[in-house]
Amino acid sequence: MTILPPRRLDLAGHRRRHGDLPLSRPGFADAVAAVNLRGRGGGGFPTAVKLRSVRGRRPIVVANGCEGDPHSHKDKALLNLAPHLVLDGIQVAAAEVGATEAVLCLHEGSPVAAGVAAALAERADPVPVRLAAIPPRYVASEESALVHYLSTGDARPTGKHPRPAERGVRGRPTLVDNVETLAQLALLAFSPDTYRVSHLVTLTGAVRNPGVVEAPPGTPVGALLARAGGETEPLQAVLVGGYGGTWLPRDSGETVSGISSVYALPARACGLAYTAKILAYLAAESARQCGPCMFGLSAIAVDFAELVRGGDATGRLARRLPVIAGRGACAHPDGAVRLATSALRVFAADVSAHLSGRGCRVLAGVA
Amino acid sequence: MSDELAVDPIACRGHGLCADLLPELVRLDEWGYPLLARGPVPGSLRPDARRAVAACPALALRLKR
Repeated sequence: MTILPPRRLDLAGHRRRHGDLPLSRPGFADAVAAVNLRGRGGGGFPTAVKLRSVRGRRPIVVANGCEGDPHSHKDKALLNLAPHLVLDGIQVAAAEVGATEAVLCLHEGSPVAAGVAAALAERADPVPVRLAAIPPRYVASEESALVHYLSTGDARPTGKHPRPAERGVRGRPTLVDNVETLAQLALLAFSPDTYRVSHLVTLTGAVRNPGVVEAPPGTPVGALLARAGGETEPLQAVLVGGYGGTWLPRDSGETVSGISSVYALPARACGLAYTAKILAYLAAESARQCGPCMFGLSAIAVDFAELVRGGDATGRLARRLPVIAGRGACAHPDGAVRLATSALRVFAADVSAHLSGRGCRVLAGVA
Repeated sequence: MSDELAVDPIACRGHGLCADLLPELVRLDEWGYPLLARGPVPGSLRPDARRAVAACPALALRLKR
């Protein structure tokens, strides 16, 4: 059974496709562990471990449907086509952890908000679900930032401790799961014997049919591109995992676990210029709480802009990139460093070309 | 006893006193924020480490077990 139906399903259509939802099966967390389901919001944390760690009085389930990364559209596609699968997943998770309420988070102005509200209105769920509109900032949908916002109205991350499972929304034990992860839980509940993990992956850039495909974990990047109709022109590299992701050469043959998006960069575009643009965005989206993120991301964004102009910022980058990651309250700086480091590796020839004074091999404006 | 230095990155304002009081285990990055040596604080440096923790104006530095 695929995750995405060909057309949007209302509640009746959803029930025809999947049947009635079996809630609260003993041993469900073991089943989740057995299929090795991992979080689909980017962290890839084992879902069973997270489910089991929520203990205490009146837990809350928070479904994260914000999907702030500009390269990712899979959660919007899922909420648009199969909202009831996500809402069923929320009920499954709530039953498993004993939650008494649930919140489904979307960014303010989300294009799927009206459809999700309509789907909610069709249901009479045992655990009530309310919609929350999260400020449209990149880090506002980070796990601790969501919990912080729902508790206080401040959408900035608070750090790794305490974990939401111990002390989350308004101090209560909180399970925060991505909406695709919750949909996977529902699919597992519907068909425990035949369920196989398969991931939603967004493909953008120079591919024939940009959009969301479904593929088993460990599908090589080349096979994912083929699922999107193949490339429209020669590629030089792909960016996997979104703005805070990793550049790989087109033909690296690498498989990336838990991959949620692939952007295909054409050979005629400048990977350095594209990376500089993303770094400037990530620097501007820092919550400006932690020094290494607040100052470090701006610094490496400026360094990349200088590289693009032909200035030699490689020494500064070599000194800065190793000291920024791991020093913020959230993983935002880590993603920017991952992006920049992989760009220097994959676009090494472009770095030399820019430095040689010959300038970019790409005509201005193409990237 | 195997205490390790840790900093709360949100609370830290980059005053830099920790690097003055405990240069053996703390250096500052170019923006003035501390880079901490990993691993347990050696016994000989524990008094200095405790002094650095107590001196932090932002209460951001601590010794964790």
